[in-house]
Amino acid sequence: MTRLAHSWPAPAGRRLQVALTLMLGSASLGIPAHADPNTQARAWAAACTGCHNGADGAETPAGMKPLAGANRDAMLDKLLRFKAGQLPATVMQQLTQGYEDAELRAIADYFSRQQP
Amino acid sequence: MSRRHFLHTALGLGGLATLPAWSGIARPGPARVVVVGGGYGGATAAKYLRLWSDHGIEVTLVEPSAALVSCPLSNLVLGGSQTLADITLGYDALVARHGVRLIRDRVSALEPERRRVRLGSGDTLAYDRLVLAPGVDLIWDELPGMARPGAHDAVLHAWKAGPQTAALRAQLQAMPDGGICAITVPRLPYRCPPGPYERACQVAHYFARHKPRSKVLVLDANADVTSKGALFKQVWAERYPGIVEYRPRHAVLDVDAATRRVQFEFEPELQADVLNLIPPMRAGQLAVQAGLATHQGRWCEVDFLSFESSVASGIHILGDAIQSAPGMPKSGHMANQQAKVCAAAIVAALAGQDINPQPLYNNACYSFVSDRDAMHVVSVHRYDAARKTMTASPLGLSSAPSELEGRHALTWARHIWSDTLG
Repeated sequence: MTRLAHSWPAPAGRRLQVALTLMLGSASLGIPAHADPNTQARAWAAACTGCHNGADGAETPAGMKPLAGANRDAMLDKLLRFKAGQLPATVMQQLTQGYEDAELRAIADYFSRQQP
Repeated sequence: MSRRHFLHTALGLGGLATLPAWSGIARPGPARVVVVGGGYGGATAAKYLRLWSDHGIEVTLVEPSAALVSCPLSNLVLGGSQTLADITLGYDALVARHGVRLIRDRVSALEPERRRVRLGSGDTLAYDRLVLAPGVDLIWDELPGMARPGAHDAVLHAWKAGPQTAALRAQLQAMPDGGICAITVPRLPYRCPPGPYERACQVAHYFARHKPRSKVLVLDANADVTSKGALFKQVWAERYPGIVEYRPRHAVLDVDAATRRVQFEFEPELQADVLNLIPPMRAGQLAVQAGLATHQGRWCEVDFLSFESSVASGIHILGDAIQSAPGMPKSGHMANQQAKVCAAAIVAALAGQDINPQPLYNNACYSFVSDRDAMHVVSVHRYDAARKTMTASPLGLSSAPSELEGRHALTWARHIWSDTLG
């Protein structure tokens, strides 16, 4: 399968590489060692918005509040306290167990930079 | 990424004239993604493809239904605390707010070599990337009795929320007190593992209030309750004693729909007053017909970095139709999460950027045990590059159902509907 043998032109810097790869019939350009931290944090944060968004407007009940525009340090502190079992919750004390501290930091940082 | 960037890259084609035609590269204009299926997975993918390409990708959603009827919460319609109208959701915002082009039709065939799909109307839609979110197809051909005329009017699955949900509710209402409602559960994997057991609670809740001499028989092809097992068994024992009876290892062999008799592989046959038969499932028909269901002819294997099919370049498959990674349930929440990974990967690939090598997301699933009380299971899923699959964290479970979690469950539903369609 050709992961990046995509049907849309790459930016100039990649275009020749893509073209060469296609013409040589290479199966793949390989998996990048690292992704753009911004799009990666955006992707991780998007996993939170299934529950946390502004669907209820001002009526949002306790929990599942929208996270865009949150204070980064306060949000990270809260997440780490969930993870440490210091803050009672129904699901967040469990979900945070599945995340590395650095991942929680990246997610908090991402939301803090979004417009509420 | 801006629209201008997409257009710029679209028009800057001089050096690529010698590329093979199948690459589709030498075509000016915005990149085109066709999404087939407007459930939790497809609708989310359509929305996030638009959002994350800054509206630079032209997204067409093909869905025959006028609205999404949510499977999550649909068991509450059987219990009587929600109506079908409560869980019926329109596509208006996808079109008006996000600029998704909506075509109310079916896809009759894929034509991958020409990078297009054929619609029921006969028209074709060309794409640069195709996203299939076909849901599940119910497998009936192993049950000869269901091929008889009228069988599907008498014996309902109600495993796709909609008219069958209303019809099953009507059967329960028409059933005399003292009757038996049998719910059969297929072997894993199937859509929504805790769903049958939640349904048993909802039917029992209705019986306890209106038909207290009636019973719910859960006839499970599996060796044990497949999700939240200890919690469900506790609920049945404490809240619905004498109403819910659970019987494992009851794989359905055949049914006589007219008399609502069920035969099992190993156990004696029995007769129910309402027979709710949840059959085995496979990937939606379109995916199976196109040869994409490579796992036992039932489920579609994908690359978990992009949800691209393992056998078809440029075709991405989402949701219940895929061969799941370990610990990954077939749920609406999971389809919503997968759709974002897929959308991000397509946006990156079409822009010539790297795909996120570390997908990381979660599942949350609430089950209502009455009209008010619910309980949850959650898990976190991350990519394992060495094994090229997703691994699941240990499950997080409620200690017991509660009214607080019932409120959370309703909030979850409103919010994921908004995230998916709003």
